[in-house]
Amino acid sequence: MTSNLTSGEQAAAAAVERSAATSQLRFATAGSVDDGKSTLVGRLLHDSKSVLADQLEAVEHASRSRGQEAPDLALLTDGLRAEREQGITIDVAYRYFATPKRRFILADTPGHVQYTRNMVTGASTAELAVVLVDARNGVVEQTRRHAAVAALLRVPHVVLAVNKMDLVDYAEPVFAAIAEEFTTYAASLGVPEITAIPISALAGDNVVTASANMDWYGGPTVLEHLETVPVGTDPSQDPARFPVQYVIRPQTAEHPDYRGYAGQIASGVLRVGDPVTVLPSGRTSTITGIDALGAMVDVAWAPQSVTLTLADDLDISRGDLLAPSDHAPETTRDVEATVCHLHDRPLRVGDRVLLKHTTRTVKAIIKDIPSRLTLADLSHHPAPGELAANDIGRVVLRTSEPLALDAYDASRRTGSFLLIDPADGTTLTAGMAGDSFAAPAKDAETARDDEGWDF
Amino acid sequence: MTTVTAINADEGAGLYALAHLDALESEAVHIFREVAGEFERPVILFSGGKDSIVMLHLALKAFAPAAVPFSLLHVDTGHNFPEVIAYRDATVARHGLRLHVASVQEFIDDGRLRERPDGTRNPLQTVPLLDAIERNRFDAVFGGGRRDEEKARAKERVFSLRDEFGGWDPRRQRPELWQLYNGRHSPGEHVRVFPLSNWTELDVWQYIAREKIDLPQIYYAHEREVFRRGGMWLAPGEWGGPKDGETVERRMVRYRTVGDMSCTGAVESDAVSIEQVIDEIAASRLTERGATRADDKLSEAAMEDRKREGYF
Repeated sequence: MTSNLTSGEQAAAAAVERSAATSQLRFATAGSVDDGKSTLVGRLLHDSKSVLADQLEAVEHASRSRGQEAPDLALLTDGLRAEREQGITIDVAYRYFATPKRRFILADTPGHVQYTRNMVTGASTAELAVVLVDARNGVVEQTRRHAAVAALLRVPHVVLAVNKMDLVDYAEPVFAAIAEEFTTYAASLGVPEITAIPISALAGDNVVTASANMDWYGGPTVLEHLETVPVGTDPSQDPARFPVQYVIRPQTAEHPDYRGYAGQIASGVLRVGDPVTVLPSGRTSTITGIDALGAMVDVAWAPQSVTLTLADDLDISRGDLLAPSDHAPETTRDVEATVCHLHDRPLRVGDRVLLKHTTRTVKAIIKDIPSRLTLADLSHHPAPGELAANDIGRVVLRTSEPLALDAYDASRRTGSFLLIDPADGTTLTAGMAGDSFAAPAKDAETARDDEGWDF
Repeated sequence: MTTVTAINADEGAGLYALAHLDALESEAVHIFREVAGEFERPVILFSGGKDSIVMLHLALKAFAPAAVPFSLLHVDTGHNFPEVIAYRDATVARHGLRLHVASVQEFIDDGRLRERPDGTRNPLQTVPLLDAIERNRFDAVFGGGRRDEEKARAKERVFSLRDEFGGWDPRRQRPELWQLYNGRHSPGEHVRVFPLSNWTELDVWQYIAREKIDLPQIYYAHEREVFRRGGMWLAPGEWGGPKDGETVERRMVRYRTVGDMSCTGAVESDAVSIEQVIDEIAASRLTERGATRADDKLSEAAMEDRKREGYF
């Protein structure tokens, strides 16, 4: 390739190109203030040099005014004045940092019992969850609850960060016992991949740089793991799902008959020439064009936003779903799901609600609440009558119109829905169609058996 | 021009991966289309600043080959950089858009607002903004706010519900799960929508470079008369600077943010090209607001307080 650019300009252009092509990882942290979660997050931001001088100055100033000598990194992630005054975290806060390898979006969620809904919210878009435990306390009720939320929400990767290793003399047996107990539990819930890392967020051991105090640990630091864990699922393994968001009809002299279906591919891969079925109507057509935001392409995949044109003039509008004719989901008006109730008003049998699934909102009625689930020990309480805020339970719904719903286990995007109060629009409940937990991964058992083998 | 960058096969999901700018672009376009599908009268807040320019660019892409189904709203403090107003008007004309202007000056002239002693008009924008929303019955208002900008914004939703007084109550915000945005609202209420929520300052600049988006020239280094106030380089103008004891000098500067002239500071810079700007931001040790916004220095909770009252 010939170029008239100077070497400096080339380097700058290369830097832009390189940084523009990094991947993105969304992850969530769960744990309470006592586990040192805020310190871990502060340490990740600080040691990856994502904290800028004016932010650090503000933290140093606030720490001094509280009589603390060293800057309290936990203050970096405190948001609202209400929280600072009460020393609590009331909601999900989003943090952004980047390394040369990857760009990160962190959903920082508080871990107390009453905030299950925040953990569920943070985990809903996360591809990785960091669960913190205090090395002195080991796996406690709250740890099991965090593992259960990650499993319910089908977060593909879970990291167990065993924190405060400095307070247990960096002892390997302490770490090994906690890691073993947690891994067994999480694997039984169907969590596909678990990585345990011994850390001290306060001292910085194994957060960004490898610890000099734990020679016995040969695995990655937290940041190294975040930088290298595979992101996303391979869309070619999933059936395509395309919820129609908006119909584009310019009706101009230049485009008198153009009719494009705009949406974001929820899963899978779409190609020009693919036969598609429109749900719930069941009509069929063929994709004739894919406009990927200005570029006409032959193939597009999740989560790209595109505009499709079809061979036939069908009556298609917002709320319809396009799917490959040989892999179209069944439509149904009877929905069984696991839900997390989010609002302070309880959800009761007989409640009339709105159900929002992809781009489709329909009326629904709560037919039954067969059980409530205690996250800490996974015990079922039959016929609870209602679900209060932060409760997880099974519900049976009947909808006014058919839905093209996948099992949440197969597709987080097209297996999830919200229940909304028709009176004031409040978001009441988050729902996941199908079974609560995935079958335990067989690999976990195999992996433990393999430990004695030296490959 | 290809808009999709496949990442190396050994990185992540392999062949069918999306680079982060493509993922951010797709997410923002999805948000624009959700609003177009669910609201009656949306409007884009357009100041001629880089974030609002990127928003408009995304909206144009989201609905092509049709026109953007929204109008634009500019809250004009009366202390704008002339280059930015010229850019605004040229952009509106080029794309055949409809622009509403809410004028702080008009509110001061007819007594509904009073000038602050320090001459800063940024906090005065809230009243004309809410007035324009109410008068035009806008039900969705797109803002260019980003969660990386400031602490109070880190907890902001993509769809942020405002009551009939435009107020933002952090405890009343709806949980936002997956990519399911709930835009339902009662009459009189409206929803602020932030399509750039997950973008950082660097992402915005990288996207401007990739898409070759034209910006007002003041974002690039130029020689300008400035004076020092409160640790910032401010430009003199009718808004009231400089005062006694402040001396004007010529320096090479550029703007990282563009707002009211009375409280938007320039940074000293030699970055005349977008590549140089990106290098400078990547190396900067100050946040965008810390470097250039006097209004956020008022107190630790300044933004939280203004948001509660209905600010952007």
